[in-house]
Amino acid sequence: MSQFYTSTDHFVLVPAIMLALFGCAVLLFDFFLFPEPRQRKRLVWFLFAGEIFTAAGLWRQQAFLASEGLPEITAFQGTLTVDGFSLFFNWIFVAVSLLVAIVSWRYLEIEGEHHGEYYGLILLAQCGMYFLATGTDLITLFIGLELMALCFYVMVGFLRERKRSNEAAMKYLLLGAFSSGLMVYGFSVMYGLAGSTKLRAVAAAIASRDAWDPVVFLAMATTAVGVLFKVSAAPFHMWAPDAYEGAPTTVTAFLAVGSKAASFAFLMRIFLGPLETARPAWEPLLVLVAVLSLTIGNLAAITQNNVKRLLAYSSISHAGYILLGLIAGNATGLKGMAVYILVYAFMTLGAFLVVVALRRENLIGEDIEDMAGLMHRSPGYAVLMLIFLLSLAGIPPTAGFIGKYYIFLALLETSHYLLAALAALYVAVAIYYYFRIVRSMFISEAVAAPPLESTVGLRVALAVTGVLTLAIGVYPEPFLRLAQTSLVR
Amino acid sequence: MADTILFYIFAAFVLGGGVLTVTRRNSVHSALWLIVSLLGTAGLFLLRQAEFLFAVQIILYIGGVVLLILFVVMLVNLDETARLRQFNKAWWVALACAVVVGIEIWYVLNRGLETLEPGEAPQTAATIEGNTERLADVLFSEYLLPFEIASLLLLVAIVGSVVMAKKRI
Amino acid sequence: MDSVPLSWYLILSAVLFALGVAGFLFRRNLITIFMSIELMLNAVNLSFIAFAYKLNQVDGQIFAFFVMVVAAAEAAVGLAIILTVFKSRPSLAVDEVNTLKY
Repeated sequence: MSQFYTSTDHFVLVPAIMLALFGCAVLLFDFFLFPEPRQRKRLVWFLFAGEIFTAAGLWRQQAFLASEGLPEITAFQGTLTVDGFSLFFNWIFVAVSLLVAIVSWRYLEIEGEHHGEYYGLILLAQCGMYFLATGTDLITLFIGLELMALCFYVMVGFLRERKRSNEAAMKYLLLGAFSSGLMVYGFSVMYGLAGSTKLRAVAAAIASRDAWDPVVFLAMATTAVGVLFKVSAAPFHMWAPDAYEGAPTTVTAFLAVGSKAASFAFLMRIFLGPLETARPAWEPLLVLVAVLSLTIGNLAAITQNNVKRLLAYSSISHAGYILLGLIAGNATGLKGMAVYILVYAFMTLGAFLVVVALRRENLIGEDIEDMAGLMHRSPGYAVLMLIFLLSLAGIPPTAGFIGKYYIFLALLETSHYLLAALAALYVAVAIYYYFRIVRSMFISEAVAAPPLESTVGLRVALAVTGVLTLAIGVYPEPFLRLAQTSLVR
Repeated sequence: MADTILFYIFAAFVLGGGVLTVTRRNSVHSALWLIVSLLGTAGLFLLRQAEFLFAVQIILYIGGVVLLILFVVMLVNLDETARLRQFNKAWWVALACAVVVGIEIWYVLNRGLETLEPGEAPQTAATIEGNTERLADVLFSEYLLPFEIASLLLLVAIVGSVVMAKKRI
Repeated sequence: MDSVPLSWYLILSAVLFALGVAGFLFRRNLITIFMSIELMLNAVNLSFIAFAYKLNQVDGQIFAFFVMVVAAAEAAVGLAIILTVFKSRPSLAVDEVNTLKY
């Protein structure tokens, strides 16, 4: 191995190589081996194999870190850094991709757009996420982000015959490209300040300047706006409801969970890395964004009748809660962010999976009315949805409560009392609109409707998300330890 | 001196082309003015000793991206669009955003730019080996990884545009 | 020899960037919006090149090169998506693309 590709570099890169390799394999085999639409189901097995190899790579990294007692491994001259933080997020990505993939084939068959490219794009998007969580170099982060975003633009528009899907893809692409433009302008200023693209060098250059230095402020502001677009925090959220509603529901789930977790990993790398010393300048900005996200997310969700759109606004408000953890900024706050992202991943995924189950031949099943009397028709789904909704609202025996608990605790520890009061107030609003769905499921008269889709994959995925949502709520210790290991530095 | 004059000429290309790109009613005209703006940028690249990027700008940007845009303009019937109102209904929101961006940039330029100028004069870049060799040296050693990721990015772009645009896949 | 300071390039880049942002926000024509994004990315490249010259490095040029790659990839996918949108409607004004509404 050469000086520029050492065995350490290889060790760090293995998960990404596996994702890329199996992504390409899916594209090739789809074309040569499985020309018949009926055979395409088998491509899911390639995705499984890819995820297993990726997980093995991640596991070896984790074991190496543990056995050597190292805090991190850097590779490619500081371009990639494997630490607890990157591993934590990569495990989430693996879980989310697997759960999304096993429910996808039946859903896409119903939609009439079951193509092998879908699985290839999932793997390649996850490859982009790997670089977002692991990268510590501006160029690698930028390219990783674009790799992920490009896959999502295509997946959002995957239902090519649907106007809604086309439009969603277009809006997402235009706003995504715009936000990347803003972000990379900030990167150019950071490069100019540091003379290097490595985050460590940028951090040193920014630390040597005043927090309110105008040039640092320009770099911070443009980068922040670009990143906040990606995590769909208000007022940069306009794309999210449209993209979430128009995309195929399985893609919506992947977008809402995978893309958001990856973007938050990226946000934390940037804000807790190079921009840490500029905290006085970005804190007021983030307070504004978090308050707006909570307000717009929760208030706009009240009037929604489409469940996917409602969940989109709810995910905007969750972005606000996660940002509150960053504003608090102490150890509890950062741990709270990690726990919240983990919890958010499973509960949101679960809620979207129930919407996937509601899609049947000749029935879109995305409105709240479509859930009327679900308790009498399919009690299992109704109870699971209830668990996810309770968790999304943050009611105690579920996981959502643990996430919110640490965020509130961190806010109180750092004496942000006003923010904590506001956040608590919006929990009440959230309970109101989640309860609209619950009322429809449990109290409304049952309407005559075909039974819900229930494939093996869907049942497995729902069981996993449901059990985890309850388990994190009832017995949080192991998950808290996991989140603890993810703390940067 | 020659430098300054050339800078002004290219800057006029860049800004004039840019203004006309965003204001023309006809998309074909916009695309042609975009070419002017991109050529101006390419000229500035040359002034800043980035010969390789000068070539890439012309081949990839003007020869590739703008051509692609022109193709789409031809494929899509834009007569209808050209007759419509050209600016957003929510133009005041846009105006507010543009003013904010403008003020911020003005403030930064007023206050902060001199701090960016390092004291020593820049050495005229080592031209013993050309710019392209230097670039390749660094690109294929230090930036090997992003280069490989970029290949995946382009693969996704190919697959994605086929998935989107093809009738049956 | 070198009579043009770095700040002139940065000012030019900033003005071009603001122009791209304004075009993105003001215009209704999808293709023009797309071209505004290209203008923004060009402004970014300009500032990268200016910084790289000032620092006597090629790293900035390499970043600009990657920005170009990304712009090309985005253009390919974006224009394909615009074509699919256009298949179903007569004009390309953004606010007529409004099946999704709250």
